[in-house]
Amino acid sequence: MKIPDVGTTCKMNISTVTIGALKEEGGTRGRKVTIGGECTLPHLTFDGDNPHKPVIAGYVSDIVPDWPDFLQKAIGKEIHSPDEWAQKCVEDFKVDLISIKLLGGSSERANRSPEDCAKLIETLLKAVEVPLIIWGSGDMEKDRLILQECSQAARGENCLLGSATESNYMTMAAICKADKHKLISEAPVDINIGKQVNILLEDAGFNLDDVVMFQTTAALGYGFDYVYTIMERARIAGLQGDKLMARPQLCDIGEEVWRTKEATMGEDILPRWGDVKKRGPMWEAVCAQGYLQAGADLLIMAHPEAIRTVRKFIA
Amino acid sequence: MALTGMQIYKQLPRTNCKKCGFPTCMAFAMQVAAKQKAIADCPDISDEATSTLSEESSPPMRLVKLGSGTAVFETGQETVMCRHEEKFHRKCGIAIKLSSDLSDDDFIKGLEEINSRKYVRVGKEIKVELCAVEIDGVNNPSERAAIAAEKSEVPLILVGENPDAMKSAALAVKHSKPLIYRATEENLDAFIAIAKEYKLPLAISAPTLEELADFTVKAKEVGLDELLLSWKGGADPGDFVRFSTQVRRSALLHKFRPFGYPIITEFECDSQESETVLLSTAAAKYAGIVLMKGREPWALMPNLTIIQDVFTDPQVPNTVEAKLYEIGNPDENSPVFYTTNFSLTYFSVAGEVERSKIPAYISVVDTEGLGVLNSWAGDKISAEKVIQALKDQNVAEKVNHRKLIIPGLLPVFRAEIEDQSEWKEVIIGPETAKEIPSFMNKIWGK
Repeated sequence: MKIPDVGTTCKMNISTVTIGALKEEGGTRGRKVTIGGECTLPHLTFDGDNPHKPVIAGYVSDIVPDWPDFLQKAIGKEIHSPDEWAQKCVEDFKVDLISIKLLGGSSERANRSPEDCAKLIETLLKAVEVPLIIWGSGDMEKDRLILQECSQAARGENCLLGSATESNYMTMAAICKADKHKLISEAPVDINIGKQVNILLEDAGFNLDDVVMFQTTAALGYGFDYVYTIMERARIAGLQGDKLMARPQLCDIGEEVWRTKEATMGEDILPRWGDVKKRGPMWEAVCAQGYLQAGADLLIMAHPEAIRTVRKFIA
Repeated sequence: MALTGMQIYKQLPRTNCKKCGFPTCMAFAMQVAAKQKAIADCPDISDEATSTLSEESSPPMRLVKLGSGTAVFETGQETVMCRHEEKFHRKCGIAIKLSSDLSDDDFIKGLEEINSRKYVRVGKEIKVELCAVEIDGVNNPSERAAIAAEKSEVPLILVGENPDAMKSAALAVKHSKPLIYRATEENLDAFIAIAKEYKLPLAISAPTLEELADFTVKAKEVGLDELLLSWKGGADPGDFVRFSTQVRRSALLHKFRPFGYPIITEFECDSQESETVLLSTAAAKYAGIVLMKGREPWALMPNLTIIQDVFTDPQVPNTVEAKLYEIGNPDENSPVFYTTNFSLTYFSVAGEVERSKIPAYISVVDTEGLGVLNSWAGDKISAEKVIQALKDQNVAEKVNHRKLIIPGLLPVFRAEIEDQSEWKEVIIGPETAKEIPSFMNKIWGK
């Protein structure tokens, strides 16, 4: 029997963003990462072929996060040294790029100076050949200085910097333009603010083709449904011609999943929920796989087993 | 599907006989379109017109019911491609598959395990909804099915492709209305006959989508309409998503009846980790039922949770009951927080309070399902309302101090609460829940 032709055509492709610069491009990266360019939702080849596969960035931070022992052990002793941790992510966990969070820069934590943070970025750029995503410490005041220093230290490397919000977009746009980096636009689980930040960036003279959207990530079971739908709506709006939303999307899976009870607590707290050493990475993997279906292009992940399992199905 | 007056009019006798009480057939048709009259109110309507019209006005995806008595599972009758367009109506059900190589003892253990897989998360029950019993390869199919029907607290799926085995199993447990899983190109006629004879729902598979449409039409022709579309495949989530999206678009957007049924799916893969991740894809992308071979709860729980999330109604604010919650075993010296009744806020706060390992009370104020800042902007929360909630919940009787930790996003309430209530020491908490453990260790730990 003849069945309906259900294929659809998009009005606009999602923009394509390349992160990392090779030697001949003024950087020192050994490889680059390209995301975006979609013409349809994931897998729907009868609508058209999406040119780039989603990628996974390895979670690295300058101080050891407040993570359960079994996760720290799964990563290994390298977790205590950001450059070794990054190398292990690339060599053993086979990630496509590295996401570095400079948590220690926060005045409430190690209160590291912006110069020290920048030195760490230089070390990381030497330690790995993959592109970098660079985040501040979460301390708004401090991050202005930290990201400026780090941006300069990585000048020409075409990193992805995080993040521009409604309150700091001017500074972030200026930094990224000056040092030729890509920029993450961030919104707090609110599709309208997500669009607004992009409008502001465009008004500030920043080219939206250099933007990756971050709607904030909710862990599985903690508002996953909100973010899933925001990402799906943003993607559909982009494909239907809303150029403000036609941008690749990022999910910070590791950060959120590893604060949840379900991923970190054993059967003493959650009876009959199964071995947390297996449940934790599966919580991260299922969360990541879910967001991929909503149109995520770039996942930041932490547990090697979760990375391995999700990677297998991206290939 | 809503029919227009004109579409209905074309099916009427068009004699303007007035026997229906309206002056013209057109006037009657308009009443039917407005759902004020039923098509059967026309005394001269032909059988053919009745069936065409009822077909046209029926939902684009069939509702399928499995099970009987208290063990019932419903799937189908979905209306949208994306949850924000309306909602996904019926939660995807996880069926745990008990393979035929289990001994009778292990099989019974498996049934008991499935019965026990019930959990409460975010105040709602999540559980294994179905029990899939593999029939092919067991010595006595009818006996195995009968044991399952007797012990299982959830509806059954009979898994097999051999008509003789399926027939005897189906006969033995037809009263419990199991799903027959599954008809294939090879056994189609025999399986359709079994489903028809015992009036049971049937899952149908086919090598191609075109053939799948042929097969469901064939089943429909003999009167079967409780059908599921079966997809079984290897380790590529894309294959499944292409299948599920094509049939769902066909049914919902193109009104293609042969695909107007829910989907049941199964992955053949190398490990329980792989199966876990693949099933989550299916659960998010239109599967009505997923068959799961692995039985470990660490594999089950993330999938029960993603189903719970994706099938949440996005139009209804998610709320928890406005009352006093105890985290850990708080006593008269424990800290007191207040927060909103928006589920996400409450569960974030509760989760982080739990993580701080300091037992505490959380007083939930009714903010009509809005979070801290939204409820403030929408005038759903005020210092007065907080004071009243603390009073209604008798919080002061629980503790011998008068310290109240308030959300960092609303520090403005401090003065008014201190002035207007017995809570004389208001402490401004952190702006986000995740900062609660370090905050608690600083202000309460020592």
